[in-house]
Amino acid sequence: MELFLQQVFNGIMFGSTYAIVALGLTLVMGILNIPNFAHGHLYMLGGYLLFFFAITLGLGYWAGLVMAVIAMAVVGMIMERIVYRPLNEQPHINAFIAAVGSLLFLESFAMVVWGAQGLRVENPYPQMIDFMGVTMSVQRLLVIIGAIVLILGLHFFMKKTIAGATIEAVAQNREGAMLTGINVNRVSSMTFAISAATAAVAASLISPIFMLSPAMGAILGMKAFIIVILGGMGSIPGAIVGGYLLGLIEALGGGYISADYKDVFAFGALILILAIKPTGLFGKGEV
Amino acid sequence: MFTKPIHTKLLYIVIFVAALLLPWYVPDAYIFQVVITSVIFGIAASGMNLILGYTGQATLAHGAFFGIGAYGVAIMTEAGISFWLALPAAALISAAVGLVVGVLTLRTKGAYFAIVTLCFGVIAWIVAGNWIELTGGHNGIYGLGDPTPIPFPFFGPIEFTTQTSMYFLSLAALLVVLFALYRLVYSVFGLSLMAVRNNEPLADAVGINTFATKVISFVAGNFIAGIAGGIYAIMMASVSPSATSYLLTFNFLIFVILGGMATLPGPVFGAFAIPVLMEFLQFLQDYRHLIFGALLIAVIIYFPQGFVGGLRRLNQKIAARRKQKTSES
Amino acid sequence: MLRVENLTKRFEGLVAVHELNFNVTQGEILAIIGPNGAGKSTVFNLITGTLKPSSGRIFLEDQNITGLKPYQIASRGLSRTFQTTSLFDQLRVIDNMLIGYKYRTQLGFWNTLFHTPRWRAHQKEAFERAMETLNFLGLAQKSEQFVPALSQEEQKRLAIGIALVSKPKILLLDEPTGGLIQEETDRVTDLIRKIRDQGTTVCVIEHKMQMIMGLVDRIVVLNYGEKIAEGSPAEVKSDQTVIRAYLGEEVDA
Repeated sequence: MELFLQQVFNGIMFGSTYAIVALGLTLVMGILNIPNFAHGHLYMLGGYLLFFFAITLGLGYWAGLVMAVIAMAVVGMIMERIVYRPLNEQPHINAFIAAVGSLLFLESFAMVVWGAQGLRVENPYPQMIDFMGVTMSVQRLLVIIGAIVLILGLHFFMKKTIAGATIEAVAQNREGAMLTGINVNRVSSMTFAISAATAAVAASLISPIFMLSPAMGAILGMKAFIIVILGGMGSIPGAIVGGYLLGLIEALGGGYISADYKDVFAFGALILILAIKPTGLFGKGEV
Repeated sequence: MFTKPIHTKLLYIVIFVAALLLPWYVPDAYIFQVVITSVIFGIAASGMNLILGYTGQATLAHGAFFGIGAYGVAIMTEAGISFWLALPAAALISAAVGLVVGVLTLRTKGAYFAIVTLCFGVIAWIVAGNWIELTGGHNGIYGLGDPTPIPFPFFGPIEFTTQTSMYFLSLAALLVVLFALYRLVYSVFGLSLMAVRNNEPLADAVGINTFATKVISFVAGNFIAGIAGGIYAIMMASVSPSATSYLLTFNFLIFVILGGMATLPGPVFGAFAIPVLMEFLQFLQDYRHLIFGALLIAVIIYFPQGFVGGLRRLNQKIAARRKQKTSES
Repeated sequence: MLRVENLTKRFEGLVAVHELNFNVTQGEILAIIGPNGAGKSTVFNLITGTLKPSSGRIFLEDQNITGLKPYQIASRGLSRTFQTTSLFDQLRVIDNMLIGYKYRTQLGFWNTLFHTPRWRAHQKEAFERAMETLNFLGLAQKSEQFVPALSQEEQKRLAIGIALVSKPKILLLDEPTGGLIQEETDRVTDLIRKIRDQGTTVCVIEHKMQMIMGLVDRIVVLNYGEKIAEGSPAEVKSDQTVIRAYLGEEVDA
């Protein structure tokens, strides 16, 4: 029972990361119809920027986190402006290729600047708490709480602010939104900023627990894609539920199915589901 | 109907002769190895071009099918089967897996297809690294023998022990593949591939079975990837999971895009120019993917037709201008 | 030739086409008209298999084609054009025609790879038929040009040509003169008449009343997905229901 609860706890923690990262991706995919293959790499860069601000510049964890998030928002805006906006009117396949280009660029950028070997951000809260027989480090708890705060904040932003409402309007009907005079380019830019910033939050929360490496974005990015495709493109609840679900399945399944092949099952399931329903479980259309 | 201007034909003849004579002027064994690898990657990239460039399906599993060919040849030759039998068999396995994956995934469109094929690519990579009994795990399979000599009347058997022989083997494969692609692409069949890429609903409305067309293109492209992988394994005399990696897929993608999507010489040009260029720019080695990533973005935005496509467009402009001049005078 | 029986299509509760019945007889030009949103294009999409009907049946020469895929229906001799001019705009004019003829040369991969005699024969036949059709359309001079270089009228002609090159039994034209000026409209109208005179049955969706009245043999009038009138142009023009449906629109403009 205690082992089970421990696994549930870990699953929720991983799920928190998945949920945040998938959230950022679903926003971009829903609004711009662009599959940002580099989204996992934005997450990776967020982690390294935390390292840069918190450790290299010595700003400390929280100031570093804030700086990393701001910096990533800017990175997201630059990416939208330079890479994706010029491809708006071109065949979709060109946007995928540009996304692969950004992914290669970001990964080797991290490799060149910080090296291929892993880096560690010192854990600011290494204390352990024992709760109902489950040991949890404060930092792990922080990941979970941070994710909840972020999700609630984003929900508030989308529902209660004008900026959030315009994003939703564009997501639902791009042409219609254009007709009502919404500046779609500005919305795109803002969405990319939010998407990259949330990825940075996820990376900042979890990097004191795991090593940073340039390759860490690739698999996470793919998992985020799986969540988004299954949860429905542009669907925020889909991304959140899907994220936590995948975290739990992995944590609980890790003991029963081979750890080596764990990702094979997740990816294989996606292939089969899309073979049966090519537009995703809750998919409305196509990209 | 599909003729080329005379200077283009001349250029091809010059390149062909230069390629035939290459073993006699290549500076050293290392560069020779780079060139042979380029020939093999050129084959694979041409296969990807059929799917991506001509049919417009953004496959990101090409490295996986290259790997299936490589492992197929490695495993079969280890089991004592002749390379000459193992190579077509491995390519057929690649094609068969391609058929299954294609039928499962080609109903998806655009981004979904790209991500699903990427998933398959990662699965192949994980399996290659973990199915130790079959693939040797992360160490892979090494110490593969040379292909058995082919008995040949008058000249005696052709041996495949030297780099030169390996080069001609790869070159022959490349030429056969290009010839086959040339026939496929410059025909009504090739037009139906481009029809699917260009306007799927209309292709459907004029009576083209678009799904079957995509599957055929995907299977043929992966067959070609399998051939390339098989030759790669015998050339390296070994195979490891990196031969199935998605990084390899991205390399093929770079060759196709920078060389020129939907042109026959483009991917081959890319597969040559880029690695050779990198050899001369050794000091940039660390920045390799940084540069290629940026280049990929710049090219797809500003020159989506790539190097060869750009040249072709220039050619057309010159031809149009000449036509104008003759009609004026 | 083409028979539609009790055709119904519902989209999430909204009935787009309701219990529609009509016939297109051999050698005639039939027009389907109706106000915007009357369900005209939906009818085309149902007939050609792009949409699946909720109920009802469609027969082409007494063969049930309901539920077949678009490419299957096309290869049974039913061709169509789209409301927004739909072409292979990355390719040349001649390529567009060859693709249109593709299903007739259903000789796929292996024949192409080995250039079999059958393939040669079909390839030759395809080129000849493509050029013949381009001559018929008056586009032979432009055969080597890329599609974007064509004028709007030429593009409309080419779109009809792609559908026509395979010698269909029946041709479905969705607003073939949409967006064209009077002079161009007249020329395209003549083309449609010529197509019929060559023996192809035509079914056309159109807005321009004057063009319809001079061209077609019979008219089916739709409103809110239901047939409200059917008959010769003269009958339809004087039909009270039709006049009411078009309220304000000049029927014989």
